[in-house]
Formats: sequence, structure tokens, C-alpha cells
Amino acid sequence: MQTEKNGTDKVIIAGLLITLGFLVLLIRLWQLQILQGSEYRRVSESNRLRVFGVPAPRGIIFDRNGIPLVKNISYFCASLIPEEFDTQNLPALARVLKMPEEELSRRLNRKGQSPFTPVRMKEGLSFSDVSYIEARKSEFPGLMIEIEVSRQYIYGTVGAHVIGYLGKLNPTQAKDPAFRDVPPEAYIGQWGVEKIFDKSLRGTAGQRIIEVDALGREIRLLKENPPIKGQDLTLSIDIALQREVEKAFDGKTGALVALKPDNGEVLGLISAPSFDPNKFAKGISSEEWTSLMKDKKLPMLDRAVQSQYPPGSTFKIITAIAGLESGLIDEATTSTCRGGISFGKWHFGCWRKGGHNTVSLHRALVESCDVYFYETGRKLGIDRIYDYATRFGLGKETGIVLGSEKKGLIPNVAWKAETKKAPWFLGETFVNSIGQGYISATPLQMAVMMSAVSNGGTVYRPTLVKDEDPVVLRHAEVKPQTLEAIKLHLSGVVNEPGGTGGAARSALMTVGGKTGTAQVVSLRKESKYLTEKHRDHAWFVATAPVEKPQIALAVLVEHGGHGGSAAAPIAKRAIEAYMQPVEKKKEVPVVQD
Amino acid sequence: MFRIDRRLIQNFDWLTFATVLALALIGVMTIFSATRQPGDDFQSPLFMKQLVWLVIGIIAMIICVSFDYIWLGRIALPLYLLGILLLGLVLVLGKVGMGAQRWISLGPLAFQPSEFFKLIFVIMIAQYLSMIAGEMDILQLLRTFFVWVALPFVLLFKQPDLGTALVVAIIFSTMMLARGLRQKAVLLIFVVSLVSLPFIGNIVWTGLKDYQKNRLVAFVDPEADPSGIGYHINQSKITIGSGEVLGKGYLQGTQGPFRFLPERHTDFIFAVFAEEWGFLGSAVLLSLYFLLIMRGLDTARKAKDSFGRMLAFGITFMFSIYFFVNIGMTLGIMPVVGIPLPFMSYGGTALLSNFISIGVLMNVRTRRFTLFY
Repeated sequence: MQTEKNGTDKVIIAGLLITLGFLVLLIRLWQLQILQGSEYRRVSESNRLRVFGVPAPRGIIFDRNGIPLVKNISYFCASLIPEEFDTQNLPALARVLKMPEEELSRRLNRKGQSPFTPVRMKEGLSFSDVSYIEARKSEFPGLMIEIEVSRQYIYGTVGAHVIGYLGKLNPTQAKDPAFRDVPPEAYIGQWGVEKIFDKSLRGTAGQRIIEVDALGREIRLLKENPPIKGQDLTLSIDIALQREVEKAFDGKTGALVALKPDNGEVLGLISAPSFDPNKFAKGISSEEWTSLMKDKKLPMLDRAVQSQYPPGSTFKIITAIAGLESGLIDEATTSTCRGGISFGKWHFGCWRKGGHNTVSLHRALVESCDVYFYETGRKLGIDRIYDYATRFGLGKETGIVLGSEKKGLIPNVAWKAETKKAPWFLGETFVNSIGQGYISATPLQMAVMMSAVSNGGTVYRPTLVKDEDPVVLRHAEVKPQTLEAIKLHLSGVVNEPGGTGGAARSALMTVGGKTGTAQVVSLRKESKYLTEKHRDHAWFVATAPVEKPQIALAVLVEHGGHGGSAAAPIAKRAIEAYMQPVEKKKEVPVVQD
Repeated sequence: MFRIDRRLIQNFDWLTFATVLALALIGVMTIFSATRQPGDDFQSPLFMKQLVWLVIGIIAMIICVSFDYIWLGRIALPLYLLGILLLGLVLVLGKVGMGAQRWISLGPLAFQPSEFFKLIFVIMIAQYLSMIAGEMDILQLLRTFFVWVALPFVLLFKQPDLGTALVVAIIFSTMMLARGLRQKAVLLIFVVSLVSLPFIGNIVWTGLKDYQKNRLVAFVDPEADPSGIGYHINQSKITIGSGEVLGKGYLQGTQGPFRFLPERHTDFIFAVFAEEWGFLGSAVLLSLYFLLIMRGLDTARKAKDSFGRMLAFGITFMFSIYFFVNIGMTLGIMPVVGIPLPFMSYGGTALLSNFISIGVLMNVRTRRFTLFY
């Protein structure tokens, strides 16, 4: 039959076409599932798996008496996965996060970001912000709330130069393999001991692998590697001392360093004014940063370590030791002070215009007679002074772990020939014998010197960690009785009538010390008529108790005027704060916010 | 006519029935997997609804097998007019869903007349063609087109139900070719369509809604905007590809339940299946469709009369088009036109109309021997 045959033809053609189509589908299926299958499997995994870093709690920093100085705090942040975010929602998101749209799009479009990695949009969200965002999260696929861990510095500005602060990885660190394990938005130590001991404080971040759906909703937790807490750190500093000294500075500029004479532990290191590390802990704003950097008082400068000043009369301790040790003077050696000394065409004045009459070494130190030390210096010559100064660690970095340490300067003949291309003049010896002229030292160096005087001549490297093995930098190699004698003289400075350091006198123990006034300008005027900028720097170095020293320190007050009036009271408060019983220190109310 | 003959049961097309039943049950299973709500106690009831519709569908299918299909030819014209009327009604009082109005609500029920119209259209064309003897010339071709195709095409296009409109046009063309045209007429169709393609393309393009344009753009270049219009295609390819050889295992797929794959239980149901059953499972599934289509062609070959043959061709072509376009779309080798996979995609109206269509097809096969009557 015609139609029958016709139908069969058509069926065969249709059957062939359909078989061909079927084969095309199979080949395509083969291509997707077998040839490219593993690649698509990977994409589907990354579709549904989100890896969240779980920040490790940082090690807690304690003071030497076990008082915590920092707290770990966590706070909420809003992050966005650019890949999943629809930029049409930008204005709406700006309203929810209460941020300008431009700022959001700037963060979102920063160069070098992976579109799959969450980008931090806002930090430090309040609870009400978080609940507001959570309620609207479904409107913004890719938006998520993350928890970030940072620090609260319990005592605020107190000890900021030692403790330091946290910050995010800077661009250089981001490329450094040493920070490979640090999540991009995490905080790490960027200053002070937070930075120095960052590796052990940091701990190891954990991971949470979470299954999410296309709307970014968490389905379930697949795997969790708990974070490993960082190691705690017990510093050698005494927060009670730090607090007291910071109060004592009371708006003045300067520094104090207190050391434990028998091992070099830093009991206190203060640079005033200080700054509040809490401002850094949640990401400092650029305005706050600029204002810190533009502050004329340079709060970020660690004056204890990074600033050097002429030590003034505190240096007379070295001149005295050099004289005694070299046998050029003894306790009985006297000088007669008529308010100054003439040498050739020059006149070198004593700070007391009326003069001190005839003084022995003891009274010369107690009353800080300049003429006595001009004469001693003249006998010694600059190279001997240099020798003894360096024996006590001056003119060289102490090697403290805090960065950018200055090394001060102790001149000698060779130094002058080399740097100034000029011979040494005897007049310069006079000036340098009383700690003026070329001579300079950091407050830290002066404290190290004082510590060596107190402990019988051992120069320790100052250390910030409690109970670390002490590092001996050198031995001064001077007779113990020389140093014992010096301590008695220093006690006289504080405790005898007419002593310049009377303001450091304590009812609780015998304090020994030496005042110093470092000239800022050579012009000698009554300091009260000078503007602050030109007023002298005030020094005080001290040791206590004289009988068995437990603390040695150096205080410097910039443009403070006389050491006896400006610096000695601060030293006294530091010593008394340190010497109070530990139980009492622990009663110090913890600053809470 | 409703008398059940023992020979009728003997000649019942058990193979086709088993095939579609297997496909529908696999569909229910896959819908269950696709609509899982991970991490949620509430489970979607969609697979139960589909199961209910499956039972209704089987009953409708049995009814459609039980009477002689000759009757369909007799009521073809009234059916066709009713279909046109319903399509018109949709335009007037249709329910809008997904940017198109395809639904009519009847109390609590909503149904898509276009789903049933396809079958009505096949019956009408089969009836009309079977009345014309010999090969058709150009004039007859044009007359057929303007009398039976132009109006429903425009009505469907207006809804807009682009998918069904194109399916109707393609069913018409394939049925015409299967019916037999003079060579000149065949040639002319090709030349005219080739020449007019750019013009028609332009008219169609300007007439398209934005989402339809996007789908076409996405088909040409799916990587252009992976989170935007190319998203469907990309996620579908990821879903299928990630199944690899053996699949992730039943209920182990992630792309569907986690909603990375849109339309996971409707148009993209095959992707969900392919993810969980892999290449082997997918090849078996595609083979079931292949078997179904081949069996349909065989039915056409064995049909006792011209009407039966055209009916079998039309229904088989309809399923073929749906099958190839849907699978091709999920595999990323065809544009995304919202066309469901017969027997598997979720949707009551579609499942019912598919079973009715398969009932008619089986009817033709069951009554292939004239000697019964």
C-alpha cells in the first residue's frame, strides 16, 4: 500500500534524526560529566562551602605581679562577598550599614581582591546594628556578620609605649611569608611587646567549614578546627608604678625608666605624654592617626628609648667614680668654689653664683658643685671620663627589645678628631665633666648606669619579660667600696640639709639620688623668665633603698627646669609606688569601660 | 465503545506504559530530592502533589486508551474551537505568573490551557491531514497554515508563551513533512524560511520581553555575566558536571536543595538527577526517553490508518521536541526556553496532559489491527 510504504520511509528518517540527536546529548553529557566532571565538582563544592577563620584568643599580657593589662574583646563586623552581591543593592546597603555609598564601593572595588573572599565593610557594629542587619540579610546575598577579636587595654594610656598596640597587616607584611597564616582582616601586634612577642601571643587561628545555600544561609557546620590560644606573657613592668608615674607627670613631657638592679628587669618605662592604644585596637581612623602624628608633643615617640639628652649633673656620678678609681681624687680632696672657675680666656660658672666655698667630694655631690667637677675633670682628661662612662653602659645601645633605640654619645679625643676634624680642647673637658656639651644619653641608659652603680657594677641588658635569664652586657670593674661610697653620697643628696634632691626624700626608706639640669641653651638666665621651650631639661637618677637597692631609675622632664624640683618628686612617687606591698598593688581598681 | 475486549488488554502497550511510569516515578523521587530543605524540619510537599497528579494522570490515560481513537477525529473540530476559546480567555482573565499570563483559575484549581492545546492541535491537524489524499502542494500547505496554525500561534505568542508557540509551529512543520509534501513545496519552505529568517528574527527580537532577550543572550555567551543572565546555564552545567561518572548519590546532591540551581524541580529537574546519578544514571534515563520516542515512531509505522499515523507522529514529535529542547537547555547547548521535561518536571497540568497524550498514542497502537472491528 502506497501510504504504508510512505509512512515507513518517514519513520526511518525521523528515527535516524532522533538517534543522531540522542547521540549529541550523550556526547555532551560525556563532556560535562566525565571530561570536565572533576572541575565542575570543585566548583560545586566551592559553591556550597564557606571557610570561616576563627581567630585565636591572643595571649594575655600581665604585669610582674600577675595583674592583667589587656583583655580580649570580640566585636562584630559586616563583610560582603563581592561575587554574590548585586551592586544595584548598594544604596540600600549603605542605608543599612549607615555608611556613605562611595565608601562601600571603594572597599568593594579595591584592587587585588578575590571576588570570592569576604571584604570587610564595617567594623565595630553594635548589637542593635547586628540584629538590624541579620533581619535584612536575605535582601543582600553575600552579606555576612563576622566576629573579630581585638584588645582592650585595661589601663588605657598607661604603659602604652611598652605594651604597644594591634593593627591590621600592612601591605608589606601581607606579602611576607611570615604572616601567611594571618587572615587578611585579623589584627596582629604592630608596636611594643604586642609586636615583639606577636608570634607567641598570636596563637593559631582555627577554621569553621560551613555549608551554605545560594542565599548565604548557613545549613550546617561540616568541620571545625578549634583555634589554639596564644601564650600568655608576664612582663617585668609594675603597673602600679606605671600608673603612679603617669599621674605624676601630669601633662609634663618626659620619660622615666626604672630597673631592678640585680637582673636588669624593667620595672617601669614611661614616656609622657602617652597615647591610647585602644584607639588602634578596632582600627584607627585616619583623622585620629593624623592628629596623633601632628601632635607637637609627639605622644608616639618613646622618649625613654628614642630620645637623648645631655645628662647634666647626673653625670657627675661618673666623673666622681672615675676620679676615685683612678686615684686622682679621694674622699678628702677638696675644691674651693667661688661661683666659677677661669681657665685661660674662658670662665666656667657654677650653677650657684655665690659659690659653695670649700667642698669635699661628699658635699660637692650633695650640693652639685660644678667647680669641684671641673677640677676633677681637668685632672682626669676626657679619655678617662670616656672610659668610665662606657664601663657603665653609656654611649652604646642597651639592646632593649623596643625598637629604634638611640645610643647617646660619650665623646673622647679620637671621636672629636674623627667627626669634627679638630683637636680636643681642655675647656670641653670641663663642660663634659658636668654632663653638658657633646655628652648625651637616653633615660634608659641613665637608668642602666644607675642600676650598675646600685648593684656593684654589673651592666645588665634591660629586659621586659619577667624571670628571663639576665643578660650581662659587661662589668664596670670598679672597686665595690667606690660604689658603696657613691651610694652614701647620693643618699646625702636626698637626705642631707642643703642637698639638691630633697624632694625625693621618703619617709619609708632611704632614697639615694642625683639631680641634673641639662642646658637647652647656653644662655644662663633665671629659668622662670624663659619660655618653656628654652627652659632646661630636669633630670633625676635614683636608687632605693640605699642599703640594699631594689630599684634604680632615671627621670627626665623636658624643659622641666631644675632636676631637684621637677624630676625628683616623680622619682619619689615611682619608688614609693613600687615598694608598697604587692597585695596593695592588686587592690588597684581595674579600669572598666 | 467502552467495552473492554480481552484482545485489547493483550495488545495493550505495556512497554510504553512501563517506560512512562518509570520516568514519572523517577521524576517524583527527583522532585523530592530537589526540594529538600537541608537543615530544616519542614519538608516540601511538592513530591506528594506530583504523586497525586500521577495517579490522576494514569486514570486519565486508561480512559484515553479505552475508546477507539477514531472518535477523536470526529470531535476534533469542537475540541479545537474550545481550545482556541480557552487560549483567548487566558489573554482576557489569565493569572500572571513569571511575567506571563498562562493560567486560568477554576475555583481553587489553576490550569494552563496551553498544556492541553498542544494535544488538541495535534488531533486537529492529524484529522485535517488525513482527509487530504496524496502529496500536498504549496497552496494546500499555505491554506493549512492559515486556517489552523496562524491563530493559535498568535494567541500563544501574546500570552506570551514563547515555548509552546514554537512547539506548536514545529509540531506543525514536522507533521507536514511526515505527511508528505511535494518536493517543490519542501524546497520552497526551506528557501522561504532561510530568506525570511533575519526578518522574522528581527520582528521576534523586538517583540520579545526583556527576560526572553536575556535568555537568548545568555545562550550565546553564558560566561558574560555569570551571576546574571548566564546564571541558569552555568549553574546547570555545574550541577550536571559535578555528578561525574557515578553521581553524588541519591539525596546527596547540593546544587538543587541549596538553591544554586534555579527552577530545580521544574525545568532543570534533569540537572538534579544527573548530579545525583552521574553519567551512568543519566545515560539510562536518556535511553528511557529514546525508547519511548522510538516506540512512538513504531506506533506511527504500524498505525492502521492515516489519522492514527498522523496522531502518533504528532504526539511523538511533541514529546521529542520537549525532550531535546529541555535536555539541550540543561546541558547548555540550547537556549533557555522555559520548557519542562515530560513526565519528570513538577507540574500537575503538564503531567496530566502528558499522560492523556500517551494514552492517545497507546490507543493508536492497541487498535493497530483493523480486524478487531
